[in-house]
Amino acid sequence: MIQYLHVRALPPELNVWRERIEQLARDHGLDFHDTFFEVLSYDKLNEVAAYGGFPTRYPHWRWGMQYEQLSKSYTYGLSKIYELVINTDPCIAYLLETNEMVDQKLVMAHVYGHADFFKNNFWFSRTNRKMLDQMANHAARVRRYQDHFGQTQVEEFIDVCLSLENLIDVHRPFRPDVQAPPVRAQSDLPDELIGDAEAVPRMAAKEYMDEYVNTADYLDQQRAKAEAEAAQAQRHPASPERDVLLFLMENAPLTRWQRNVLSIVRDEAYYFAPQAMTKIMNEGWASYWHTRLMTRHILDDSEVIDYADRHSGTTVMHRGRINPYKIGLELFRHIERRWDAGQFGREWETCDDMAARAAWDTKAGKGMEKIFEVRKHHNDVTFLDEFLTPEFCAEQKLFTFEHNPKANEWQIASREFDAIKQKLLFQLTNMGQPIIEVEDANFENRGELLLTHRDEGVELEMGYAHATLRNLYALWKRPTHLATRRGDKGLLVSFDGKQVKERVMKAAG
Amino acid sequence: MSRIKQDHSRFRDIVRGKVRRNLKSYISNGELIGKQGNDRVSIPLPQIELPRFKFSSQDGGGVGQGQGKPGDGIGDGDGQPGEGAGEAGEGEGEKALEVDVTLDELAQILGEELELPRIEPKGSKQVVSERDKYTGIRPVGPNSLRHFKRTYTRALKRTIATGEFNPKNPVVVPVKDDMRYRAWTTVSSPQANALVIYMMDVSGSMGDEQKEIVRIESFWINAWLKSQYEGIETRYIIHDATAKEVDEHTFFHTRESGGTMISSAYKLAARLIESEYAASEWNIYLFHFSDGDNWSVDDTSVCVQVMREHLIPVCNQFSYGQVESPYGSGQFIKDLRQHFDVDGPDCSVVVSEIKNKDAIVGSIKEFLGAGR
Repeated sequence: MIQYLHVRALPPELNVWRERIEQLARDHGLDFHDTFFEVLSYDKLNEVAAYGGFPTRYPHWRWGMQYEQLSKSYTYGLSKIYELVINTDPCIAYLLETNEMVDQKLVMAHVYGHADFFKNNFWFSRTNRKMLDQMANHAARVRRYQDHFGQTQVEEFIDVCLSLENLIDVHRPFRPDVQAPPVRAQSDLPDELIGDAEAVPRMAAKEYMDEYVNTADYLDQQRAKAEAEAAQAQRHPASPERDVLLFLMENAPLTRWQRNVLSIVRDEAYYFAPQAMTKIMNEGWASYWHTRLMTRHILDDSEVIDYADRHSGTTVMHRGRINPYKIGLELFRHIERRWDAGQFGREWETCDDMAARAAWDTKAGKGMEKIFEVRKHHNDVTFLDEFLTPEFCAEQKLFTFEHNPKANEWQIASREFDAIKQKLLFQLTNMGQPIIEVEDANFENRGELLLTHRDEGVELEMGYAHATLRNLYALWKRPTHLATRRGDKGLLVSFDGKQVKERVMKAAG
Repeated sequence: MSRIKQDHSRFRDIVRGKVRRNLKSYISNGELIGKQGNDRVSIPLPQIELPRFKFSSQDGGGVGQGQGKPGDGIGDGDGQPGEGAGEAGEGEGEKALEVDVTLDELAQILGEELELPRIEPKGSKQVVSERDKYTGIRPVGPNSLRHFKRTYTRALKRTIATGEFNPKNPVVVPVKDDMRYRAWTTVSSPQANALVIYMMDVSGSMGDEQKEIVRIESFWINAWLKSQYEGIETRYIIHDATAKEVDEHTFFHTRESGGTMISSAYKLAARLIESEYAASEWNIYLFHFSDGDNWSVDDTSVCVQVMREHLIPVCNQFSYGQVESPYGSGQFIKDLRQHFDVDGPDCSVVVSEIKNKDAIVGSIKEFLGAGR
């Protein structure tokens, strides 16, 4: 094990509280892997945070960049990290040495919320809980490549991979066909007979009926169908592929070490994806539990003010964005209240008497059961899609904003429920990343790579798109293309190895 | 060397352009936002952002939380408000702390970031002035220095802890132990005075964007010079074909449409110095910003003459910043380079081209890097 990970015993005064809080969390029904806390100085904590919680990651400048940002903002008093927890088994969390006791208690209660979420939420069910070890293996491998091929060359390649890191398919780990090796449907016929007229499937018929049953028209139809299928089978990929990184791993002309580096970047992207998919829920759930445990069981009188100060700091509302802690916490409470009062089901949905709705209370008492169920099955998109209500939006003072180019100012656009919900879901879909697929690896029949941007109604940042196409070229080594949209016109952006060209197409794609 | 130190020095090397030059185009000056009164100021921090397919920010908009009705502004500028939200965090609880960064601290940060040398002032160095500076909190002191918030927080904590606090009648009365007072220390520094004259071309070709650049740049220059001198006086001169002295607000908000005669401003500055500021007592800094368009070659030679005879002999440094505008020819900086040995070690003329907002940091370093 690495020196950082020798989990030292907590100081006794903290350990007393850890045991107490762990017991409280279990008594309330939270279910988590063993959780270890490590107390770190602010400098070490910044370091671990710069590595995304894993002190064992491969060498790369961007950890240094994050470290500089974290330590500068700490030094200038602009922000500080309170806690850090990683999704592993056992679960590991870090505490800041200089925090007051009340902070440490709060963080521990919060961490048990995260630990429960990591273990039980469906979207985390396919993540590697031994990621610490795997990250260390990745690091060892990258170091070996750097020793062998040179730091700059390997780092340059990593940068190219990172530039495509967001092109993964977050649903892929859950697809049943991915578990089994791909089976290609093949005909038993000898090769020379495939596509032959004789091979066209005929309906069974007595010989004298054959020309009436298998008419010339019917056979033509079947032949056309077979040809279309054959053409489709020749296309590569057969259907558009969301997991662009995997496609490149399997098809791009890479050397062995390059393929391995690409696979490292892809593994880590998949590992972190569920955290981006459940940011609101995860933080909301952890905040729900820290408030509940702190205010009902843990706090003593002298700590109330400091606790209230810290808590309101994490759940402060922002005008320019959603605070996931705040929205998640409030939505879990909202769900709990609704299910406690029986505000669900057909009768509730069809009731349009506002007074009756406001006074609705069947004493159903299912709130706690419901929120545990919600934390198991949902991700941010489905969470908001299912449980966001007009009442909640009004209560939380939510609004949408847009850029007004005339005033060069961001302005509140609407407080309508539908508009808010639509905007929120859009921002969360695919973790706020554009959906881009591999459409054709033999574009124009010249072995060029065509990606398609599935249009969500928002244009891409073109400067970035150009640079990314260049990076894609570095992997594919043949011209690369991206089909997207500008205004209401389709746009094909191409990089041929020398320059980027844009071509407007007639109709939107 | 620890791992993070290795990764960090690698990052620094890239930013300094020692290795991986191909990343240069992705380096931006990310911002740490600080606060000065109501003015938000930012502390530059370099960042490398690798390109990826992403949504155009002006197109999107988002969802926020708070008071206000449709049409109310929630923040201007080019970036999306609250950018960086929803990033793939790993469950880090990061809390932004609101702090008041004083101008002194800001200047210190700036100095560290840009590795600016301290200025060796001329003038009456031996005169030492003393001033008091509030630096902390203590339990005794005069009532006039009572720290209201600290005192009442302590009182509130005490009443809750002892069970005296009654939420229905939330009266909190501090006792002697709760009292907290501001404490000060006396700092002494040599008395030295500086005069800064800002001159700006306000002819038609200088647009809002160009003025914004000048405003930001002069704010930082002021912050730095203020940290270096005890007393600092600032004067503002605008010019098109004629020059006049104005106050700060007018300086940044005037737009004229006339032509440009730079010499008018230089002459006015020379008169100002001559009549009001003795060169032996004052550290004089001249900053001139324009888009580089001057009316005639004749006027340019007048400028050079005024500089040689009246300005350069009295000032610590003459700085010329040229902002890029679609209308300006950008000729003047070339003329200055031709007439003065601007790269020479003894030359007190410094010129800098400021292409856009991102170039401000580099330009400040050019202006203040000599430590004059």
